[in-house]
Amino acid sequence: MQRRQSSKTPKQPLQVHHKNQTDLSAWRKGGRIHLEKSVQNDQSPNDQKNDSKQDSLEQALSYFEKVQDRVSLKKNDVLQKHLNTVESIALQRGLPPEGFDVLLNVALSGKLADTVNTRLLKSLVPASVIPENSVVSSVSWLCVSKCSSNIQLLFLRWLITVFDFIDHKEQLHALYGFFFSFLQDEKMCPYVCHLLYLLTRKESVKPFRIRRLLDLQAKMGMQSHLQALLSLYKLFCPELVTITLPGKMKTYFKNSEGPWKAAINTVRRRNQENSPVSQLLFLGTAQPQSRKRKWNTQLIIPASSTNQNNLEEDREKNHVDLYSTNESFPVEQLQTFSQLLQNIHHLEFPSQMGSVLTNPLLLHYMNCIKDESIYLRLYYWMGQTLQEECTWCVADNNRYEEEFKDFLETVYKTECFLQEGFSSCEEFLYRSLPLWDGFCCRSQILRLVSWIPLSSFSEMKSHLYDPLAQLFFTSSLYFKCSVLESLKELLQNWLNWHVIHLDSESDSQVYSLNTTLSGLVNVVAELIHFVGWISTAALRLENNPTFLLYFILDFYETVCDMYLRYNLPLLIMPPAGVFYPALLSMDSVSLNQLCYIMYRYRTNLVAAKQNELSKKKILQFKFSSQTYQEYNQYIIAMVGCLWTSSAFQKDIHPQGLRMDDELLKKTTVQEFKTSFNIVYHPAMMGYAVLFLQQAWPDDMTFNFNLIKGKKWNWYLEYLYAQGLKGLKVFIESSINRVSQASHSKA
Amino acid sequence: ENADPRRTAFLLHKQWTLYSVTPLYRFSNTRLRDYARLLSAFIAAEKQKGLAVEIGVELDIKVAVSSLPDLKGSDQDQAAILVQLSLRSPASSKNSEEKLIWLGWFCCVSGDDLSENVPEDFTCLPLFLANGAESYTSIVGSWFQKTFDCCFRRLAISPLNLSWMAAMWTGCKVDKTTSAMELVFSVPCLPQPLDISYAIHPEDAKALWDTVQKTPGEITQEEVDVFMDCLYSHFHRHFKIHLSATKLVKVSTAIASAHCDGIIKFLQSQYLTGVLMLLTELAISQIQ
Repeated sequence: MQRRQSSKTPKQPLQVHHKNQTDLSAWRKGGRIHLEKSVQNDQSPNDQKNDSKQDSLEQALSYFEKVQDRVSLKKNDVLQKHLNTVESIALQRGLPPEGFDVLLNVALSGKLADTVNTRLLKSLVPASVIPENSVVSSVSWLCVSKCSSNIQLLFLRWLITVFDFIDHKEQLHALYGFFFSFLQDEKMCPYVCHLLYLLTRKESVKPFRIRRLLDLQAKMGMQSHLQALLSLYKLFCPELVTITLPGKMKTYFKNSEGPWKAAINTVRRRNQENSPVSQLLFLGTAQPQSRKRKWNTQLIIPASSTNQNNLEEDREKNHVDLYSTNESFPVEQLQTFSQLLQNIHHLEFPSQMGSVLTNPLLLHYMNCIKDESIYLRLYYWMGQTLQEECTWCVADNNRYEEEFKDFLETVYKTECFLQEGFSSCEEFLYRSLPLWDGFCCRSQILRLVSWIPLSSFSEMKSHLYDPLAQLFFTSSLYFKCSVLESLKELLQNWLNWHVIHLDSESDSQVYSLNTTLSGLVNVVAELIHFVGWISTAALRLENNPTFLLYFILDFYETVCDMYLRYNLPLLIMPPAGVFYPALLSMDSVSLNQLCYIMYRYRTNLVAAKQNELSKKKILQFKFSSQTYQEYNQYIIAMVGCLWTSSAFQKDIHPQGLRMDDELLKKTTVQEFKTSFNIVYHPAMMGYAVLFLQQAWPDDMTFNFNLIKGKKWNWYLEYLYAQGLKGLKVFIESSINRVSQASHSKA
Repeated sequence: ENADPRRTAFLLHKQWTLYSVTPLYRFSNTRLRDYARLLSAFIAAEKQKGLAVEIGVELDIKVAVSSLPDLKGSDQDQAAILVQLSLRSPASSKNSEEKLIWLGWFCCVSGDDLSENVPEDFTCLPLFLANGAESYTSIVGSWFQKTFDCCFRRLAISPLNLSWMAAMWTGCKVDKTTSAMELVFSVPCLPQPLDISYAIHPEDAKALWDTVQKTPGEITQEEVDVFMDCLYSHFHRHFKIHLSATKLVKVSTAIASAHCDGIIKFLQSQYLTGVLMLLTELAISQIQ
C-alpha cells in the first residue's frame, strides 16, 4: 500500500485537505499519529469506526490490485465482501485519490465480469480529487478495448461527470486525438462529443477535425452533441467554421451524469469541501422571438459573442505580435469574477457592445478600460435602439411597451452600475420628453432623468426643464413627487461626479469635459432654481400637502449641505414659497425637517465664512451676501415663530409674516403672539397636549401657559425624546446665539 | 459627378430599399475577400439552422464583396462597398452562369459631417441600399451588425424631404424628357386608402420652378414651399381638393423616384451622386 502510493501517485496528497479527519488520504499521510491526535476530539467513536473502515478499504483495494483471473461473483465470497466494502465506503464518504488507479485498472481490464465492473465503476465517487495518471492509464485500457462497449460507455459517462475532480488535465489534453478517434463509434459518439467539449481548447481546433465533424454531421444529420462541439469550434475559430443554432434548443448533451451525481453531492456535503463547480455550457442560442415583426425592428439585446473580426486579424499577425496570438479569451466563457481577473489582460469586448448591458462582468471590465471606441459603439447602438423602440415616438410601437420598459430598466441599471449616464440616453430624453405623455414607462423615464450627465449644456432649459414642467403642472400629486425625487437623484449624481473628479485629479484638467467649475456651479444652480420654482407652484396648486412637502424638503436636504458634503461653493436658500409653508405646516415631520435643513445651512454658511476669513488670498468663489441675508431673514422668522413669539413684529422677509398689531387684533385671536411657538404651533400642539397629560395627569384644563420656565426646558427634553432631532439641533445651534448672530451679520 | 456612368449603370432602374447604418467598427477595405467567405458561410448556416458550415468551401450562394470607388462625393468619403449574392446553378458545375439574387451597397457621398467626428477605428458608410428578398437583407444586415457592431435602421423619407426632392429634381436638366413628373398623395383618415396621383408635364414643372428659384444652384425652404403651393393651388382650381391637407408619399421624375417608405429608384447616372448626397445627409441625421 505504502509503496504504491509513493511510486505511482507521488504528488497526490498535496491536494488533500488535512483538517478533514474523514479523509482517508489525510490519515495515510499523517500516519497514526495524526489519527491519535484527532482521537482527542469529541468525535473519537466515529474515528475509530472510520479507522476500521479504512482498514477494510485498504484490504479491498489490495485485493483488487492483485486479482488475477475472471472470478465469478456468485461463487466468491471474498470478492463479494470487498466489492461491498468499496461500494459502501464510496457512497458514504467517497474514495481517496489512490483508490482510482486500482479500481479503474481492474474495471477496464476485463478481468472480472461486467456486473462487477459496472458496480466498481458506479462506486468511483471521489472524496477529494482524482489523479490524472489513473485517468490516463484507463484511457489506454480503453484503446486496447479489453472491456465491453457497455463498460466503455459507462467509463466515458463517469469521466464526464467527474471531469472537474481530475487534479491536472495536461496529459488528458494530450490524449485529445485518441478521444476524437472514438467519435466514429456511433454509440460512444454523444459522450465523446461531450468529453471533447470539456477538453477543447483553441489549439485543439484543427481544419482536419472540423472536416471530420462535418462528415459525421453529413452522415448522422442534425445531432445536438455535434452541434454543441461544432459551436465550440466556431467559438474558438470563427474563421474556419460557422453554425447557427436553432432557437429552441435546450440541452446539448444527454444526461450523462449517471449514478454518480447524487453520490458526489452527498459526499461533498458530508466532507463540506468546496469541490469544483462543474463547467457550464456557454453556447448562446438565438433568443426566442416573442413576436413576428420585420427584420431588425425587434428589441433584442445581443448576446455576448467573440468578435470574429478581431480573431481573424489576430491570426494574421500571429508572427509579429506575441501578445495577441491565439490567447484572447472568448467572452462566452467568461462566467465568474475570478475568470475576469485571470484573463483581464487578454479579454476582448464582444462583437456587439450592446451585450455588455446584460453582463455585469463585462461592465466591470468596461469600468477599467477607458477607450473611446467602446463608448462610441455603445452610443450608436443604444441611440438607435432607443429611437427605434420608443413606444410613444414611433407609431404602432405601443404594443411593445412592456419590452421597452424592460429595456429602459436595463439601461438604468447599467447606469447605476457604471455610476455614469449615457449620452445616447440623454439625447433620447431630450428628443422624446416633449412628446411624452408622462404616463408610459413613467418610473423608467424619470429614473433615466436622474442620470443625465453633468455638462455645461446650455439648452437644459428648453430640452429638459420646459417639457418636464409642463407635465409636472398638469399631472397628479404622485407624479409631482416622482419628478422631485428624480431631480434630487439627478442633483446628487452631479454632486457625486463633482466630488469624484475633484478627488481623482487635482490639477486644472479636472473640468476637461468642457465644464469649468463656474459652469458647473451655474448648471447646478439652474437645477436648484428650477426645483424651487416648480415646488412653490406645486404647493399652491395642491394646497400644501405634507406628502409633497416631504419630497421638496428632501431635495433641500441635499442642497443645504452642498458646501460641506460635496465641496461645491454654492448654497441656495429655498424660496419663500417653500420655506413658509414648511414653517407653518400642520405636520411636525415637515417642521422638524425644516429645522434640520436650517441647521445644516447654518453649519455650511459658518464654515464658508470661516474659510473666507482664514484664507488670505481671495477665493475664486464666495457666497453672495444675499445668501447670508436670506438666511438671516428666515432665521429671524423661525426664531420669532417658534421661540420668542415675535414673528409678526420681527419678520423682515418681504413675503414673510410681518403684520400690524391692528390687523392682528381684528382676527380676534387671543394671544396671537404666541400662536406659532413650540407649544401652540399647530404642528406641535399635539405634543404639548401629551406633555401636559404626563406632567399634570389630574389637570384636565389643558393650560398651556403652565409650560414655561423650568417646565419649558422639560418640554423641550420631552420633544427631543419624541424623535424631533431636527428641532433639537436647530434650537441648540441657533436659539441662544441668534441675538448675537443676527446683530453681527444683519 | 466624376463617376464613370458605365461602372454604375447597374444601379439604375432598380428599386432600392434604404437603410441608415451607424459607423462600422474595425471594417477594413483590404479584407473584402475574407468578408465574402465569412458571409457566405454565415448565409449557409442561417439557411440551414443547426448544421455547421465550413468556411471557404463552395456553397450554393456565392457572395462577392467589392468596392465601388466611383461613388464618392469628397475625398474624405469611404469608397462604396457592394455586396452581391448569386445562386450557383447546380446543373453545370463550372463556367455556369450565376444568377444574381440580391444586391446591397453601402455608400457615403459628402458625409463629412459624420466622418470628421469619428475615430480611426470606425468606417462611415451611413447609407445602405438593398435590392432583393428581405430575408437576404436580414441575413446580410445581421452579419454586418454582428461583425462590425453597427446598427441598421429603415430610412423613411418625410413628406418635407420628398417635396425638396420634387423641387430639386424638377430643376435638373435631362437630355430628353420622356416621362411626366408624378406626385402621389395619400388622403389620411379614410376607411379605405385613397391615393391621388398628380402628373405634370416636366417642361411645365421646370418653367414653374424657374420662376420660383431666385439664385441658380441654391435652393431655400421658402422656394420649395412656394413651388409646392403653386402646384397645390393649380390642383385646387381644377378639382377643389386641398392637397396641402394630404400627405405626399411619392415623387417620380426623370432623375429618380422616391417613396416615403424609404424606397428609391435612380434613373439618370449623371445625377446618381447628387441624389446619393441628399440620401446620405438624411441617413446621417437619423443616426446622430
